Amino acid sequence: MYRYDEFDQQLVNERVAQFRGQVGRRLSGELTEDEFKPLRLMNGVYLQLHAYMLRIAVPYGTLSSKQLRMLAHVGRKYDRGYGHFTTRQNLQFNWPALKDMPDLLAELASVEMHAIQTSGNCIRNVTSDQYAGAAKNEIEDPRIVSEIIRQWSTFHPEFSFLPRKFKIAVSGTPDDRAAIRVHDIGIQIVQNGKGEIGYEIYVGGGLGRTPMIGKKIAGFVPKEDLLAYLEAVMRVYNMYGRRDNIYKARIKILVHEIGVEEMTRQVEAEFAELRKAGALHLPQEEVARIEAYFRPPSHENLPDDSAELNKAVLADRGFANWVKSNVAQHKVPGYAIVNISLKPIGGVPGDCTSDQMDAVADIAEKYSFDELRVTHEQNLTLAHVRKKDLHAVYELLKAHDLATPNIGLITDQIACPGLDYCALANARSIPLAQQISERFADIERQHEIGELKINTSGCINACGHHHVGHIGILGVDKKGVEYYQVTLGGAADEKTAIGDIVGRAFTEDEVVDAIETIVTTYIGVRQNGERFIDTYRRVGIDPFKESLYETH
Amino acid sequence: MKLIRNGTFVEDDFITVGDGDQLPDGAAIVSLERWQAERETLRARNAPIGVRLQSGQEPGAIADDLDRIDLVALEFPVYRNGRAYSYARLLRERYGFKGEVRAVGNVLRDQFQFMIRCGFDALEVTDNITPEIWAENAGSFSLFYQPSADGKETVLSLRQRLAARAQEKATA
Ligand code: HEM
Ligand code: SF4
Repeated sequence: MYRYDEFDQQLVNERVAQFRGQVGRRLSGELTEDEFKPLRLMNGVYLQLHAYMLRIAVPYGTLSSKQLRMLAHVGRKYDRGYGHFTTRQNLQFNWPALKDMPDLLAELASVEMHAIQTSGNCIRNVTSDQYAGAAKNEIEDPRIVSEIIRQWSTFHPEFSFLPRKFKIAVSGTPDDRAAIRVHDIGIQIVQNGKGEIGYEIYVGGGLGRTPMIGKKIAGFVPKEDLLAYLEAVMRVYNMYGRRDNIYKARIKILVHEIGVEEMTRQVEAEFAELRKAGALHLPQEEVARIEAYFRPPSHENLPDDSAELNKAVLADRGFANWVKSNVAQHKVPGYAIVNISLKPIGGVPGDCTSDQMDAVADIAEKYSFDELRVTHEQNLTLAHVRKKDLHAVYELLKAHDLATPNIGLITDQIACPGLDYCALANARSIPLAQQISERFADIERQHEIGELKINTSGCINACGHHHVGHIGILGVDKKGVEYYQVTLGGAADEKTAIGDIVGRAFTEDEVVDAIETIVTTYIGVRQNGERFIDTYRRVGIDPFKESLYETH
Repeated sequence: MKLIRNGTFVEDDFITVGDGDQLPDGAAIVSLERWQAERETLRARNAPIGVRLQSGQEPGAIADDLDRIDLVALEFPVYRNGRAYSYARLLRERYGFKGEVRAVGNVLRDQFQFMIRCGFDALEVTDNITPEIWAENAGSFSLFYQPSADGKETVLSLRQRLAARAQEKATA
């Protein structure tokens, strides 16, 4: 894992000092809420429906046990004993008091954490693959370039007042777990014919009211030029992105309006200049310095097959289900990747108590080289667990209600905060996700249904990524009544697709039944155990329309 | 309005003139439109001349005249509109402009340091800004990750120097 050096640490400390002064001026009344707003937004402090909310950056989703324990402590001391992991691998506290924020941030700084650029119209926290360093077909650990980007983008003087927020995601494997095609910039690590590593660049993806899939504008940017290339994209966006309408201000609209060829041309022209100037050329020694932090941990030499594991799978049905859905293949023999579900039946997706955080920190310390990951699907990942330890890890997780065997299944949902926290909501999201979770609680049935992602947003801003859910649910408002519009066929992986609207919206009373009908229809037409999304791609929307809207 | 130039509060020696107004004898700042309309006369004038660019008017429009222009004022219509940061860097780094680059419009204290880094050497600020406020905000951060127009040493370069020194010691 990356460790701050004296320079990284000093910058974060200076930021805490600066914000302490700003909060002091707000509390003394020297600053009005209006004047304070741009300042708090530079520090991840939002004003929600009921209170201030603090969003803490988890760079590319990687945490040490020590950092997670600090988050647990902060949750107890300054909040109500829990936090919320977000779709951008961050952590939010919903109830801290403004007066406590400087102390809270100082405590975080002591474990190399901060809330810098988790809000505002700047380059946000870079997100990446939760299986980094453990995935079988990885070309290069995506955290290396993510860390390089984190440093370059931190307090970037030119790009701190962009037309809109800006999100970058990196994937190091051909199968994309970081949803790079729905980001402002998506970076796919690739290898060329000469064995050199470089970057494929997508721009202009995004969700919100105008969902768009990112367009490829470069096939191979060499490593040493990555920052010059990114700076070129950012400069074109900063100069030409629209600023007249916040709904048209994301880079996706610029790319859409000028076209991908023109966008590519402008970026290439700017890139040529920046490259010639040379200041952003990335020296090999610096790449090597950062690479060293992400060297694989010292895995043991183990046989791939574990007798302990095989025995436990036969003996414990619950464990067998958990292994099937929550455990993924590791590149090193004898090791596995463990996903920890933060989606207990009937729970709030992404919520995690301080006690649970402490428990996960202990497990990670003992069984997974002292580190863990946050996923953009709002779960946690232990990236390096010995197969023979899986059952012990399962038992420990189970004791803290963290062993729900539903990763990738119908109850592993993404839901935005919705009407419970957000003034913009048309409809409730969390209670609906909870109802769906209760309806499909039977774990055997979930496994029978197989991989199926349901994403819910309470309004068109799409914080819950409904466009890219295999089933997407969007809260709409019709004359003051909550309705839910359903889409099918969305995906955020390497075959990214925006879902198709299935038909008229459903009332709150109808929507869970509608999901049930969609599932039953799928089971009826699926062939050879294909996934929901593959069935949908094969048969299209018609069978679902028919069963949902046929007149009885 | 107060003017801060290279960190010092100074009297503004330039007069910003409207498009229909008569030019003063001394230093003047005109709009891009006026510059383009009266280019020959303005170039020939015997007093310092500045051009004010609005958001959306790129410095490329005056690139060929920068040899004659003494000052470029870049407008921030609202603090949230950050286009002029790019314009300032282009003026300094691409076009090699050595004259004054002045920030005008909605210039807030929290942006002082970003502006300086992008190559602004003069800022027009509201009257409540004092030398103390300036000092506090212009130096909030003492380290920088990115190369920019101010030529400040980057963290990367500091690291490399440290590493080189460590190596020298090791081999000495
Ligand atoms: C108080 C109201 C809101 C709440 C509670 C809320 C909540 C959230 C949360 C928790 C996330 C994940 C955050 C992260 O870690 O970075 C998010 C992301 C997002 N929000 Fe909101 N949001 C609100 C308002 C808005 C508004 C006004 C817009 C658009 C105009 C918006 C658009 C989005 C988008 C597009 C994403 C990210 C999806 C993506 O591109 O990955 N949100 N929101
Ligand atoms: S999608 Fe809408 S309702 Fe949900 S959090 Fe975002 S803005 Fe609020």
